[in-house]
Amino acid sequence: MSTVVKFEKVVAVAGSFPVLTGLDLRVDQGEVVLLRGENGAGKTSFLRTCAGLISVNSGDACVLGFDMRVDRRAPRRYIGLLGHENHLYRDLWVREHVEFRAAAAGAVESDTDAALEKVGVPEQLWTVPIGSLSAGQRRKVAIASLVVGRPRLWLLDEPHATLDTKSRENLDLILGEASASGATIIFASHERPPGNGLASRVITMGGGRVLEDSGAR
Amino acid sequence: MTVVTTSRVKMTATPITRVLGVLALAATGLMALLGLVVSPADVVQGEAVRMLYLHVPSIWIAYGAFVLTSVSSVLFLRRSKRRADRGRHYDRLAGSAAEVGVVFAGITLITGMLWGKVTWGTYWQWDARLTTTILLFVTYLGYLALRRLPADPMVRSRRAAVMALISFVNVPIVHYSVDWWRTLHQKASLSVGRRPEITGEMYWTLLYSTVAVTIVAAWLIIHRYRVIRLEELRDEEALEALISSRLTKDDGNN
Amino acid sequence: MLAETLLVARKDLRVEWRAKVALGQVTPLALLILVVFAFALDANTSLLKLGAGGLYWVAVLYGGTLLIQRSFDVETDDGNMDAFRMSAISAPSLFLGKALALFVQIGLLELVLGLGIAFFYEVRIVDWALLLVAATAGTVAFSVCGVLWGVMSAGLRVRATLLPLLLVPVLTPVLLAGSRAFETALGVRADAGWTWASLMFVIAAVHTAIGLGAFGFLLEEG
Repeated sequence: MSTVVKFEKVVAVAGSFPVLTGLDLRVDQGEVVLLRGENGAGKTSFLRTCAGLISVNSGDACVLGFDMRVDRRAPRRYIGLLGHENHLYRDLWVREHVEFRAAAAGAVESDTDAALEKVGVPEQLWTVPIGSLSAGQRRKVAIASLVVGRPRLWLLDEPHATLDTKSRENLDLILGEASASGATIIFASHERPPGNGLASRVITMGGGRVLEDSGAR
Repeated sequence: MTVVTTSRVKMTATPITRVLGVLALAATGLMALLGLVVSPADVVQGEAVRMLYLHVPSIWIAYGAFVLTSVSSVLFLRRSKRRADRGRHYDRLAGSAAEVGVVFAGITLITGMLWGKVTWGTYWQWDARLTTTILLFVTYLGYLALRRLPADPMVRSRRAAVMALISFVNVPIVHYSVDWWRTLHQKASLSVGRRPEITGEMYWTLLYSTVAVTIVAAWLIIHRYRVIRLEELRDEEALEALISSRLTKDDGNN
Repeated sequence: MLAETLLVARKDLRVEWRAKVALGQVTPLALLILVVFAFALDANTSLLKLGAGGLYWVAVLYGGTLLIQRSFDVETDDGNMDAFRMSAISAPSLFLGKALALFVQIGLLELVLGLGIAFFYEVRIVDWALLLVAATAGTVAFSVCGVLWGVMSAGLRVRATLLPLLLVPVLTPVLLAGSRAFETALGVRADAGWTWASLMFVIAAVHTAIGLGAFGFLLEEG
């Protein structure tokens, strides 16, 4: 079991605001971690720092074996990030978009159909422009874009938002499968009940650092 | 730079710059004397030639400051590549040089236009020098606009630095193409952009004026640099305060 | 790298094909500018003929800036820039891919504008080779500069006004060179048209070199 994320006293600044104020955390491969905390606690910032989008001011940060202070771009190709936004090209058809993301991630384009089926986007929508889909369908397309890349580390910010009950359960299934095949998953959620049974560990954040950790080591 | 904490420093002066400042004042005074009184009027242009004692050094500073900005930007990029927070002094220098440069570019244009009105009869001629200067002026404005944008300070500095670098390559291209264009298309009827032959006393006055204006520009750049440094110190202190206040707050209550 | 470049270019062109902004909005607008010039110059046919070379490039500048803006609006929408940054595609490929897509779009715009000046301003083409080479050179320069400066102002709040402010001074030598080259090709004046065309290639080359090196750097947010 290798360590996928290792943060020690990490301070990260975005703009002129300290979004992480001395965060300590270690996540090993295969874990499914739920991040909780109020608005402004730093959940999104933590995910973005793991993805290398926010630079580390001080402390030690290691993601997938890469030192984030030396080269924060290095781990990105192995990471699947889903933010609050969906990162979708509104004008493209559903299938065209996911095909592009697949090719960009070095996956085979035929994986696209499988991914779309998995997330539950009906086939008749595959040739529809993304802009005309409902919010929930768009979220599913965004998730499919992630699935198709087979990331080693999943960083998800409120992934269940806008999804209906059935789709939420489906997402949990997908994440469970990914975890079983060796991927590590960290997701932030306000969900009640918290993605139950899915997460093996719950971390509560506040003020830019970890307050409680159910699986601390 | 001996600048201490923000709360204690009220001025950006140090012994060196005080001396420099007095020198600049004296030099300017002497320049005025030489330029307006002592040096002779030109045979062809009359008193209008005196404008050139300010116009020509201003171009020199405008372009010189531009080169300084570009070189500083390159150094900044190289330094900050190795460690994200290194090299900020180069960025500050680039910014202060650009501000002084844009002012002198403006002076170049205004004095050029006034000189043109007296000698050519019109405020503007599409000659190589004026045209290139106005493009340099607008490029500066764009650079300064980029530096002022609401964004992460590091991002801002880096983008501005890349812009300075590209402009460093671009401005000579602009200069060359405009120059070549005007050489090809000069209207024979108007003697456009004919600068007078400068000799004797006028030559020395011009040379001296260049030195005087350079001293003034140096003084301005140093002070502007220090003001930027103070602004950054103030922001850093604010950030430290924010960090410590977040650290001492209770669980998650913002 | 070639495969990645083509992938990005294809994506951009497909987005355009679906949205039809370049075709449906920008091109008619640029064409309209040619008409507006006629109003401004009092439909003085000899003046328009003389100025056709320059007016063409002004219209390209206008339309081109809109297309560059659009190219980056697509990326900053819906947090797509983050997806760009997280992508396994190398930054130079992203740069070239977007430049290639812009080249195609601006090229098509120029085709229409070329027809425009042929019909509206009644120009005669004397030197086809020079015209095509100059148009290509200018288009490459516009595309490469556009992507480089577009990314520099991308994601920043006032980018709609910042982009033209940064872009236009940079493109003035291209405008200058393009106009002079076209004037020679249209028989308006005997000039060093080929030298002007080469100048545009030089500008394009310089910006390509810088873009390949700096694009990844510029993509970062902080």
